[in-house]
Amino acid sequence: MITLEGITKSYKMGKRDLVVLKGIDLKVNKGELVAIMGASGSGKTTLLNICGCLDRPTTGKYYFEDKEVSRLKSGELARIRGQRIGFIFQTFNLLSRITALANVELGMTYAGGVNRQQAIEALGKVGLAKRIHHRPLELSGGEQQRVAIARAIVKDPTLFLADEPTGQLDSSSGEEVMSILLSLHAEKGTTLIIVTHDASVAHRCQRIIHIKDGEIIAEENL
Amino acid sequence: MTKLVGLLGAVWGGVITHKLRSFLTMLGIVIGVAAVIILMAVGKGTTQSVVSRISSLGANTLFISPGFTQTSGVRTAFGSANTLTQEDATAIAQNVDNVEYVAPSSSATVQAIAGDQNMRATVTGVTPDYQQVYSVTMAEGDFITSDDYSSTARIAILGATVATTLFPDSDPLGQQVRAGNYIFIVTGVAASSGQSLQGSTDNDILIPLSTLPLLGGQTLTKTGDHVVRSIGVMETDSKDATQVTNDITTLLLDRHNISDPTQADFRITSVEALLASVNSITSQLTLLLGAIAAISLLVGGIGVMNIMLVSVLERTREIGIRKALGAKESDIWMQFLIEAAFLTFAGGIIGVIIGWGGSYVINRLGLFTTIVTPDVIILAVSVSIGIGIFFGFYPAWNASRLEPIKALRTE
Repeated sequence: MITLEGITKSYKMGKRDLVVLKGIDLKVNKGELVAIMGASGSGKTTLLNICGCLDRPTTGKYYFEDKEVSRLKSGELARIRGQRIGFIFQTFNLLSRITALANVELGMTYAGGVNRQQAIEALGKVGLAKRIHHRPLELSGGEQQRVAIARAIVKDPTLFLADEPTGQLDSSSGEEVMSILLSLHAEKGTTLIIVTHDASVAHRCQRIIHIKDGEIIAEENL
Repeated sequence: MTKLVGLLGAVWGGVITHKLRSFLTMLGIVIGVAAVIILMAVGKGTTQSVVSRISSLGANTLFISPGFTQTSGVRTAFGSANTLTQEDATAIAQNVDNVEYVAPSSSATVQAIAGDQNMRATVTGVTPDYQQVYSVTMAEGDFITSDDYSSTARIAILGATVATTLFPDSDPLGQQVRAGNYIFIVTGVAASSGQSLQGSTDNDILIPLSTLPLLGGQTLTKTGDHVVRSIGVMETDSKDATQVTNDITTLLLDRHNISDPTQADFRITSVEALLASVNSITSQLTLLLGAIAAISLLVGGIGVMNIMLVSVLERTREIGIRKALGAKESDIWMQFLIEAAFLTFAGGIIGVIIGWGGSYVINRLGLFTTIVTPDVIILAVSVSIGIGIFFGFYPAWNASRLEPIKALRTE
């Protein structure tokens, strides 16, 4: 599915370079369910952003579906993001001024075309059939995250990337979100990478990758 | 297509969520467009009313007036000299080609009395050609004929105002008017001509030029020629204006023994030339008015840019989300550009409505004649869209260049 070879990432901070990733080699197979664990500042979100074509590595090669994409033009990266990748963020990242349905449709806008019926179905799958006309601020955190999941699945992406999906939720909402993500993986066999520092979340995955200071320090297969 | 719908939805969402801000953005354009339309309408209306007043004289007429006298280096005003004569008029009629009518005239101011009414009136001595050259229309009776002229008939044509003043209750035709020490029989009343460039016949009493000396209204030159105040000439066609003007100039210079044309003791004003210069002056004034109004449009445009920059900043996170969902730079760019163009277009339309209405009201109140032409409206609306695109370009470009992860991190 994806292969990372010697990925590094550094940011300019004044005169100093801040090195966030120090040479990551990683391969995730199609249909795998992988957790990336690490303390905050370990570089796990940066790694996820690179996997999601939101950010480019400073050096190294990134193969997305066997294609080297790290040097592609921004427009081509945008197309990959739009059609192949579904993001789920810790802070949901919904547009607060539009309804749940419109937020899901927004996901389709840049993926090829809006289909209202599919958008309603996607909201039904995450259990929000009755709340499609609510705005994000009228929904609970768990519901908002489920809207975000609906926004991602409606495009039928090949790769799901979830950045601390339960980080801002109470345990029961978090459990709901996790079970939706896991059933999604189980039903469709979509590749799913979850960044988390919650061990209970990580232990529901097939493989855990431990990151510390921009390097992979351990991998466990469960 | 679906992408376009999504784009327009995004634009509409951006506009409608910030109603007040969108309204204020539009306001600058509304005022600018309305100002351009109203000022241009006033300019065009004024031009048209001036031009129509001048052309009522007939585009194929020209007027010769006497020049100045020069005594020991002091020039007196134009028209004050006794240099133009009836004999000049005869010579023009005989020698210059393409001249249809020549109307020399001179006048005296006298007290006119009829019954128990009296008034100060200008008595103008004219020849039969006067009617054509000065477009006098008769309300009653006939104009002065060549028989009247050659027989020095004591007849009078009354201007409209004179007729109503001297004969408030009766028909003046056939009645007597006393002017100076002589009695004139009224044989005609001219229709009201309104104010025009060469004055109006409304306050005049017209008599045969040959009769005018009775009233002391015509003097003689040293050589015994009959002095006139003005000679009106009508060409066969307005195309001949230049040739006729040149021929008359040559003829009069020769008759007056003047070799240097800059020393000419007469002045020729052609309606055609007058129209051309009035047109060029008023159209420049109209342009100037438009340019002043356009400055307000420009200021409105800078307002649009300002607000769009704020809008981009405020929606950084939205841009990040859109990019994460697969929006290309061009999608974001288009969204903000269309939003700016939409705001200015809507502002332009509202401005047209206000400008049009304002012009109508100004016209109805009688402040100015206003004319709203489609070209000004089309120009104003397309300029307002252009302003949106021009001033929206930079903010939209700014938005499209935001890096997604940085944009997402913004709160």
